[in-house]
Amino acid sequence: MYDVIIIGGGPAGLASAKACLDKGLEKVLIVERDKELGGILNQCIHNGFGLHMFKEELTGPEFAGRFIDMLRDTKVEVMLDTMVLSIEDDHTVHVINTVNGYQCLKAKSIILAMGCRERTRGAIAIPGTRAAGVFTAGTAQRYMNIDGYMVGKRVVILGSGDIGLIMARRMTLEGAKVLACVEINPYSGGLARNIKQCLEDFNIPLYLSHTITDIRGENRVEGVTVSKVDGHFQPIKGTEMYFDCDTVLLSVGLIPENELSKAANIRIDPRTRGPVVYENMETSAEGIFACGNVVHVHDLADNVALEAKKAGESAAEYVSGLRRADKKVVEIKTLPGVGYTVPQHVRVPLDNKFVEVFFRVNRVFGNSVILVKDEKDNVISQFKREFIVPGSMEKIIIPKVMLEKAEGNLTVSVKED
Amino acid sequence: MYDVVIIGGGIVGSSVAYYLSKYQLKTVLLEADNDISNGTTKANSAIIHAGYDPEEGTLMAFHNVRGARLAKELCAKLDVPYKQCGAMVIGFDEDDEKMVHTLYERGLANGVEGLEILDGKTVQKLEPCVSDKVTCALLAKTSAIVSPWEYALALAETAVRNGVEVKLNNRVTAISRNGEAFTVTTVKGKYECRYIINCAGLYADKVHQMIGEKEFKIIPSRGQYYLLDKAEGRRVSRTVFQCPTKDGKGVLVSPTVHGNLIVGPDAEDNDDFSVATTTEGLNFVRNASKKSIPTVDFRENIRNFAGVRAKSDRPDFILEESRSVKNFYNIAGIKSPGLSSAPSLALEAVQWLRSKGEQLKEKDNFIDERKRIRFKELSGEEKQELIRKEPAYGRVICRCETITEGEILNALRTPIPAVSIDGVKRRCNAGMGRCQGGFCSERVAEILMKELHLDGLEVLQDKEGSNVLVDYSKGGSSNV
Repeated sequence: MYDVIIIGGGPAGLASAKACLDKGLEKVLIVERDKELGGILNQCIHNGFGLHMFKEELTGPEFAGRFIDMLRDTKVEVMLDTMVLSIEDDHTVHVINTVNGYQCLKAKSIILAMGCRERTRGAIAIPGTRAAGVFTAGTAQRYMNIDGYMVGKRVVILGSGDIGLIMARRMTLEGAKVLACVEINPYSGGLARNIKQCLEDFNIPLYLSHTITDIRGENRVEGVTVSKVDGHFQPIKGTEMYFDCDTVLLSVGLIPENELSKAANIRIDPRTRGPVVYENMETSAEGIFACGNVVHVHDLADNVALEAKKAGESAAEYVSGLRRADKKVVEIKTLPGVGYTVPQHVRVPLDNKFVEVFFRVNRVFGNSVILVKDEKDNVISQFKREFIVPGSMEKIIIPKVMLEKAEGNLTVSVKED
Repeated sequence: MYDVVIIGGGIVGSSVAYYLSKYQLKTVLLEADNDISNGTTKANSAIIHAGYDPEEGTLMAFHNVRGARLAKELCAKLDVPYKQCGAMVIGFDEDDEKMVHTLYERGLANGVEGLEILDGKTVQKLEPCVSDKVTCALLAKTSAIVSPWEYALALAETAVRNGVEVKLNNRVTAISRNGEAFTVTTVKGKYECRYIINCAGLYADKVHQMIGEKEFKIIPSRGQYYLLDKAEGRRVSRTVFQCPTKDGKGVLVSPTVHGNLIVGPDAEDNDDFSVATTTEGLNFVRNASKKSIPTVDFRENIRNFAGVRAKSDRPDFILEESRSVKNFYNIAGIKSPGLSSAPSLALEAVQWLRSKGEQLKEKDNFIDERKRIRFKELSGEEKQELIRKEPAYGRVICRCETITEGEILNALRTPIPAVSIDGVKRRCNAGMGRCQGGFCSERVAEILMKELHLDGLEVLQDKEGSNVLVDYSKGGSSNV
């Protein structure tokens, strides 16, 4: 019997394992499907990781390496090249690998840290041929940074998510010509620093409110048509531009990978597509916690690691016998402009002195105030911001004393000045 | 000298190869592409129709009904995913009700079993997601869904096991006659034979005219589709058609044997054979489907595709000896219900040879079975046992569909091995899931390189020329 089984050995899994270890758990197991720990960080060879956590600029593999080093020669067990086939709410984990075959493992607690997957061409129904040369940015990144191949020479990037932006720079440095980055929204979905460092510094044009309306080429991509879109994201006739390219990279969003969670009947939030969690990262299934991109898509690996720490500590508390199930639940609701919150639920009275609430907006806000209100329309907390963009996660901290004054459920909204 | 050359490796050519492989004949199937089932066969609604659609007395009616019965047996024997889920043709007004009755009568005349006319309420009860504006429907219990590419592959593989040669990448460029024999020239070589069965689908007219007179013309007609994630796979439990129009059976919404939901097609003549999707076509399909099932969540779409129907300038299937060339047979103009009819059409080819006095002695050792390992369908004990014997089954390569390395290796070792990433997908479903190969295609590429001794730059997504990688990165990979 394990104390905790952690599913996934990326930044969330590693950081939660570290937290379990620090809290004194004896039997911690990380199950990782790849042949090494680190997850997607291994292909993120650019720097910018660790600024918050380690106060220095690390590459993805270095960032993962810090955690791997902390777990080295500890009691934390790792099963590599191992796939979790299913989990059950009695905390049984079914796994397979080539060495031990099929096994049922038991644990007192489980941490879900499966990360996310990329949205594909199908998800946005881009018309055109089925030619080779259409990649999600992450797949292209793996071919390039792990395997050492160029996926194309003349590239158009659809979507301005961070991986797409990073790949624009990466492909340029490798000698490819990145012709354009095309974003259907009137704003970028990526970090401002990536727009600057990956597009502007290399004179790659960013077309906001544009999308790809046709992909040509019988066997390999030969070109794409890009059109401007109206306020309803519909292409505007007469605005077509043709780009002669052999490759399309898609950076059109990430989806938390929750097939295991859904099969275990864990409640999923349709907005985040991740598990609904309480303030301690516990899911709707008692003793099953979740952290990182499996819960909601983060902007920075540092934030993933911080959330994972919380999940690891909570799992350790659970293993040591602390139960919160009979506490009162306060729901955090969102008003238009706010896409979601994590946690979605808070159990009161809080054990901590405050609760951290993360969220993303779904449009750009200038000078504004974030309002947390209760059912009686009392303002529980408010936070001033000069700028809030969808590309960055927003964090607010609600003190316990304020939360205790609230009546009923809470709402989070943003009011522009 | 071959007895028979089959031109085309779609569902029709594969069926012909299968049935001829029962007999002591020397047969070769020539396919232009690098895989079986890589044209119209892989891109359609994947339905084995019950047979109420074609008008009584047509070749389509006869072969649909007989072919559908054969399909059920063949799929069971050859381990092809097949499910008799039934179908409904729904109606919204009086005209539709007339049509539903017409189809019912036609079905009875064609010998279709399991037909019923339902009222709107019963439709709602059976399929709660169907629009509440439905007033009636034809229920066809024998309608089925199938994996069309696996169906063709299974038939062709079985033919190969029984001695038929399958030559891929052999586009036919010329056909000539010397005495009683034909010489079929392809881009790779020459094949002498006594009979030719033309199953060249979209190119059947061109192949025929390499030696014969112009007797028919193929009029390609494109249909576009949405394929949705398994999250939407239970939106309906039967295939739901709208009433047919002159353009075809209209937009359907159906479960697939793989657990997804398929929505389509439209119909549009396109002379360039293009399988590109278009904004207009996809919008049409989406909007038309809302009439039947208003609640399909298109955000769960995982793939769009288009297929091209090989319609001809004749209203019925073309199933005959060429009028201008003896011993040259055409199975052409095989539009819908072609997939349903295929084995029955192939039986016709056997009859043709008999009618020419061929003895057609049956082989003693004919292999009439096929089994494929589907890891995720096994019990825990079976999984354990399999991995113990063959550890490659312990490594999951495609996460979305839980496809193991062992299954991918099998796809590369079948009688007609995969040569591309999509070839692997067609044989074992790797890359068919919600991430559409985003995660596993790179791993599959790696296995292809290792097993087929390919350089990375030679790895194909699908057809010749669909290379995935274009160069090495600086200091990258195999120029080491």
